[in-house]
Amino acid sequence: MTDTVVRTEPARATGTPKKLGRLPRAAVHHPWWFALPAIVVFAGFFLVPNLLNFYYPFTNWSSYHPDIAFTGLDNFKTIADDGSLLRAIRTTLLYALLAALFQNGFGLVLALLLEADTRFNRFFRAVFFLPVLISALATGYVFQALLDQDGAVNSVLGTDVPWLGSTTWTLVLVTLIHGWKWMGLSMLIYLAGLKGIPGEMLEAAKCDGAGPWRTFWSVRWPMLAPAVTFNVTTALIGSMNTFDIVQATTGGGPAASTEVFNIYMFRIFGQGLYAQASAMSLVLFLVVVAVAIPLVVGLRRREQLL
Amino acid sequence: MSPVVWRYGRPALVMFLAALAVGVPLWLVVVTSAKPQAEAIKPNLDLPGRWQPGSNYEDAVSQGEMLRGFLNSLLVVVPSVVLVLILGAGAAWVFARRKSKLVSAAYALCISGLLLPPAVITIVMELRQLGLANTRPGMIAVYTGMYLSTSIFFMTGFIRAIPMELEEAARIDGAKPSRIFVRIVLPLLRPVIATATIMVMLYAWSDIFYAFFVLGGGERATLPLNLYQVASAQLYLNNWHLVFAYVVVMSLPMVAVFLVGQRKIVSGITSGAVK
Repeated sequence: MTDTVVRTEPARATGTPKKLGRLPRAAVHHPWWFALPAIVVFAGFFLVPNLLNFYYPFTNWSSYHPDIAFTGLDNFKTIADDGSLLRAIRTTLLYALLAALFQNGFGLVLALLLEADTRFNRFFRAVFFLPVLISALATGYVFQALLDQDGAVNSVLGTDVPWLGSTTWTLVLVTLIHGWKWMGLSMLIYLAGLKGIPGEMLEAAKCDGAGPWRTFWSVRWPMLAPAVTFNVTTALIGSMNTFDIVQATTGGGPAASTEVFNIYMFRIFGQGLYAQASAMSLVLFLVVVAVAIPLVVGLRRREQLL
Repeated sequence: MSPVVWRYGRPALVMFLAALAVGVPLWLVVVTSAKPQAEAIKPNLDLPGRWQPGSNYEDAVSQGEMLRGFLNSLLVVVPSVVLVLILGAGAAWVFARRKSKLVSAAYALCISGLLLPPAVITIVMELRQLGLANTRPGMIAVYTGMYLSTSIFFMTGFIRAIPMELEEAARIDGAKPSRIFVRIVLPLLRPVIATATIMVMLYAWSDIFYAFFVLGGGERATLPLNLYQVASAQLYLNNWHLVFAYVVVMSLPMVAVFLVGQRKIVSGITSGAVK
């Protein structure tokens, strides 16, 4: 008796599609399970580690202890007392600022130089995009060979400058290399922004007697605001996560003057001090959040004002 | 700035910048990769006194375990790209078409990876507990988690611009959601899929930081990990000729992919970013 009831129920449901109408239409047409695998993988391998990162910095997790115990703020005290915390924050922020500046500066100049859609320009756009395709590690080695004291730049100039040996200027040089590697990507995005400016607008500026400089500052630059938002945000956030270029050119030196967060984490993790590395990783997370949120909000507001 | 100066000065300036900024480093790589070790110890821009590209590239391939590294890279990068695209497209479809507070919240959470840094240290911890440390599935899961945000963000924006009527027409003809997704949504996504493929491939192919933590050296080392070992091992110190032979071979696949898909890549990158 119950058997027949159970059997007939689903049969009727599939027989009359109108029954589905009781569910919200969206749930039928775009069911949740299409999004589920992505949410599971993202939560499992991105969000969960970031949550764990709020616990392990407060433990003594390392290769020297068989089990993990809660130790409070010990790790943060250690990295604060030996000066590495402030140094990593300062170095990383300075790196990000300079790298974003160079990457966007180079990219914008290239975009303005190669704006017209000619065969000549298309070829050179591809040439300037080449560094984006080469791995950052390889880029680092190329510039190490160029800037080494026994390297190519000194041999061409006939000088003997230790380019990668200055505790002040090497950081600037490394950010220049970073800017060089990614300028092609910024260039493409600025080019798209320039292409999106209506031709009538530029015509009107010309009719009003505006020269190239005036046209740039009054028309092109404000119209580029969305491209600037995208480029500045990705460049700043991306370069806070830098590792390869620094590791290949200086390895964090000289005298730790280029030791950004990721270089520190890599070094300390290699020594088996996992919790301490995790503490630094948490600080990086907080610094990125502290920079990213005001940055995105501010740049979005700027777009609306311009 | 007079038009005449701009007309002739601009191409000259472009060529000068290209030669200086891209030509010089490229030249250094190519000539050094063809020099004998003695000439390459102090890298310079001179032509090799004795050309030996053949034996350098052969050494780089054999000493750098290049074939194994190439295979290892492929086995990690290709599944990651495929997963990022398929999972990303499914999620983006739901996020773009459904409207509720829960959906917006899930979307916001899923694109948080655009800005937030991956917690690499605790990733290692988690993978160890799952038994996935030092394995390819572990690496694939980490890359997929890292780049899903990017693909979901770009694809959601793209799907929102596709008119709903296309789907509705198919629905009236009796097509189920899975059929609509495969037959209508995925084909329309082709341009953004091309771009996402390139970007994820580019990042994963050259990644070394996360590979260090998850894969380490040894059996499963990818190409960049091998390059790092070649360049930093004491035995190979100052072996610039091998390092650069390695760099050339490692970069060729990406350059080839770019040359093949150039137009799509350029239009895809630019259309997605500035909206």
